[in-house]
Amino acid sequence: MTADALTALLPFIVLSAAAVAVMLAIAIRRSFRLVFWLTVGGLLAGLSTLPHASPVAPLQVTDLLRIDAYGLFFHALFLLSALVVALLCLAYFRRRENENEEIFVLLLTSTLGALLLVSSAHLAMFFLGLEVLTISLFPMIAYSVRASRPLEAGIKYLLLSGLASSFLMFGMALVYGDLGVLSFEQIGAHGAELEQKPLALAGLFLILAAIGFKLSLVPFHLWTPDVYQGAPAPVTAFLATVSKASVFALLLRFFTAAHAERSETFLCVLGLLAVVSILAGNLLALLQVSLKRLLAYSSIAHMGYLLTGFVAAGLLRRDLQTETIAFYLAAYTVTSLAAFGAISALSDDDRESDRLSDYAGLFWRSPWLAAVLTLSLLSLAGIPLTVGFVGKFYVFAVGVQAETWPLVATVVIGSGIGIYYYLRVVLTMIQPAGVGQRVTLHPAAGTALAAAALVILAAGLFPQPLIDAAANVPQPPPTADSP
Amino acid sequence: MILLWLILVPLIGGLLSLPAGRRRDNAPRWLALAALAGETALLLAVFADTVPESTWLAQIDWAWIPRFGIRIHLALDGLSLLLIALTVFLGFVAVLCSWTEIRERPGFFHFNLLWTLAGVIGVFLALDLFLFFFFWEVMLIPMYLLIGIWGHENRAYAAMKFFIFTQVSGLLMLIAILALVFLHYQTTRTLSFDYFELLEADLYPGAARWIMLGFFVAFTVKLPAVPFHTWLPDAHTQAPTGGSVLLAGVLLKTGAYGLLRFVIPLFPGAAQDFAPFAMTLGAVSILYAAKLAFAQTDLKRLIAYTSVSHMGFVLLGAFAGNAQALQGAVMTMLAHGVSAAALFMVAGALQERLHTRDMDAMGGLWTLTPRIGAITLFFSVAALGMPGLGNFVGEFLVLLGSFRVDTVLTAFAALGLILAPVYALYVMQRAFHGPASRHEVRDFGLREMGVMLCLVTATAWMGLHPQSMLAYTDAMMNGLTRTLAQRGT
Repeated sequence: MTADALTALLPFIVLSAAAVAVMLAIAIRRSFRLVFWLTVGGLLAGLSTLPHASPVAPLQVTDLLRIDAYGLFFHALFLLSALVVALLCLAYFRRRENENEEIFVLLLTSTLGALLLVSSAHLAMFFLGLEVLTISLFPMIAYSVRASRPLEAGIKYLLLSGLASSFLMFGMALVYGDLGVLSFEQIGAHGAELEQKPLALAGLFLILAAIGFKLSLVPFHLWTPDVYQGAPAPVTAFLATVSKASVFALLLRFFTAAHAERSETFLCVLGLLAVVSILAGNLLALLQVSLKRLLAYSSIAHMGYLLTGFVAAGLLRRDLQTETIAFYLAAYTVTSLAAFGAISALSDDDRESDRLSDYAGLFWRSPWLAAVLTLSLLSLAGIPLTVGFVGKFYVFAVGVQAETWPLVATVVIGSGIGIYYYLRVVLTMIQPAGVGQRVTLHPAAGTALAAAALVILAAGLFPQPLIDAAANVPQPPPTADSP
Repeated sequence: MILLWLILVPLIGGLLSLPAGRRRDNAPRWLALAALAGETALLLAVFADTVPESTWLAQIDWAWIPRFGIRIHLALDGLSLLLIALTVFLGFVAVLCSWTEIRERPGFFHFNLLWTLAGVIGVFLALDLFLFFFFWEVMLIPMYLLIGIWGHENRAYAAMKFFIFTQVSGLLMLIAILALVFLHYQTTRTLSFDYFELLEADLYPGAARWIMLGFFVAFTVKLPAVPFHTWLPDAHTQAPTGGSVLLAGVLLKTGAYGLLRFVIPLFPGAAQDFAPFAMTLGAVSILYAAKLAFAQTDLKRLIAYTSVSHMGFVLLGAFAGNAQALQGAVMTMLAHGVSAAALFMVAGALQERLHTRDMDAMGGLWTLTPRIGAITLFFSVAALGMPGLGNFVGEFLVLLGSFRVDTVLTAFAALGLILAPVYALYVMQRAFHGPASRHEVRDFGLREMGVMLCLVTATAWMGLHPQSMLAYTDAMMNGLTRTLAQRGT
């Protein structure tokens, strides 16, 4: 292994070391604060290695991993998200400070899983990364063992993830059986003849089904609302952002490496999944009375929008596809962190502020918190001034350019329905103040929310830096030749 | 720079009024007035120059999102200047008529009020299509909050309906914008959202028709014209007085502005093909909304329907395509902005005093409140198109212009001038004549009379000396007719 390879692997090494260090620290002395700072230190150290890794990229490290700019963009995104989630955890578990250190170990290992997933170049690594991520997530979801909801959610996630994993394994087996290779690149070499290889194609569809579970695309979405609702709010934030974004990033990497976009059938299926996800997600969100369930259904719809961008941009050019997906995922991640962060800031592990009625009059009880939540809802709805709008603009732009009119029409309809339920939450918040008590905001949660809100606004007003990062271009390109 | 300040001043004023509201109730009101005074000063600086020979008075053009060729391109011509002047003028009216009505959270109220104004001014100034869409959407949120927080009994429904109608139609416009931009990109290989760049776009007729339709729907929803008008009566009725004044006076004009600024110049051919249909919609709006207005018992709802009816003239005039009709449309926009604001202010004042908008519960108010009665009479007469007042000039020009294009349709539309007196005088009869329904009602005070006097003066000025306004839009309208004549055939 060369020095370059080691440098490229630094983010993984640092993060693994941090997880071990945190675990040992817990064994020696149970101190929530100490463990929190260790975790933050580990995540920051991981972030600081990214600039060192980026000059050596793109680099194939062993058969399993490929470190490139695309992966590093998501590494940065996930490490920052994990940082926000760590802050939220600190505020969420404030009541029982010295019983909950392990959540940080799990946070680190699941982040590691997400990082491995987006950098994988081989089906084996794909599976390993996904399992590291998922297995760390079960205990995180069921973390508040005193209540029954998290346990139920954890078990549901465990069972359905097991099912998805078996789909994945079977799909991989079929692909291997037909093509005899496992690395993405070699699968891609067979891309042209994929349509003539029914077993491999079936394998790809099974893998797609497994990914559909993780992304909660309709019809694989049934676990989503229950798990979102049951999990502790910071964990839901992590689940909705890092877990989903990593799987989507992998979807793009895998299917473009395998040249699946050359297959008409495949794009049709993806388009169909997008349409039903958008419609079902938005319609089911309409009448929810639980904010977490509402956001769960909205996340289903958003995965549909993403898939629309994926299909439309796939018809155009590959670099545009990467840019669209990377930007939208970043926008969605920041926005969801703010939304679930606001829920988390209002909750603790004894009582979740989940019902819409908990938010009545929030505008007058805690204006800043309400403003952040409103901002994130507007961003989810894709209203200008927010980064969510630029994300939706990307989806529309590629949709119109590729002339995929049915998909564009679905996104318009979905957005129209979406406004209703996002605004319903805003309307609840601006109701005249009821009996509710004043909200005290934990400084850690306040910091996390302020950071997320700032990014939503700043990237909504001046999206160019984020666009550059998503497109991996060092300088803004001349406008003349970049559609 | 002056253009940027026109947008920034209300934004900053809004931000400042948030903390000011916590100190003292009146602080945000004075702050809002100060911000508007600042706007007035900026506008006066523009007006100080003589009537322009060239079209564009001021421009700024900065890079914003180079990735998509999106620029911060603001420009001011006669039309936007007049509409911004109207916006600022009605901004004063909105602040002053909310002086006693809004008691709760005045800081946040004035924040939303000023941000709505900033969004509207942005719409009137933006010449980059992305930037235009940006402002188009941004002005909705504060307006939504104005209705949703300070509105009347059914505010949640009205606010939601308002938002969904405009947002979905806005998305159609966004798609139309993108289609236009990418078609332009395909022929020229330059990606640009710039207005002047896209004016040169060479579209084949089929595409132009669809893209034009996307814009048209967005603007007619906002205008509104039948059949997209159903959000308006709810929104107007439920909004607080200040909100109604802004909605009727200014927000509706953004739709008309869009038609004049974008639909016709960008797609002259498609617009001309579509003109008979659009003019029919206009005529139907005039008659249908006037009939609906007559059937209302809720005073604010009635005025809301009259707005739809008057906006029908704007639609008719905008698509008639000759300079007279276009000038008439602009005049109608200005005059209706003032008269509708005044009528909504009357309705708001009556509601504040009587706690009802139901005209069945009114009657005989003239003896109790002679000042309110006189003002209402004046603006009812203005709305029904009395010669010598602003509305008459606008509607007359529109009819004159469209008569040359389509005689039959114009004859039908002119029937609106008969229906208008019916509903206008009906209001007077129901609310102000007849046996007295109350013992004591407070009349307009000094503040309200002051505002009303300004509105009366403005209406009379527009009626008596319309040329002072029309001169500003002359250049633009002549340009429009030339474009239509050149490319429309």
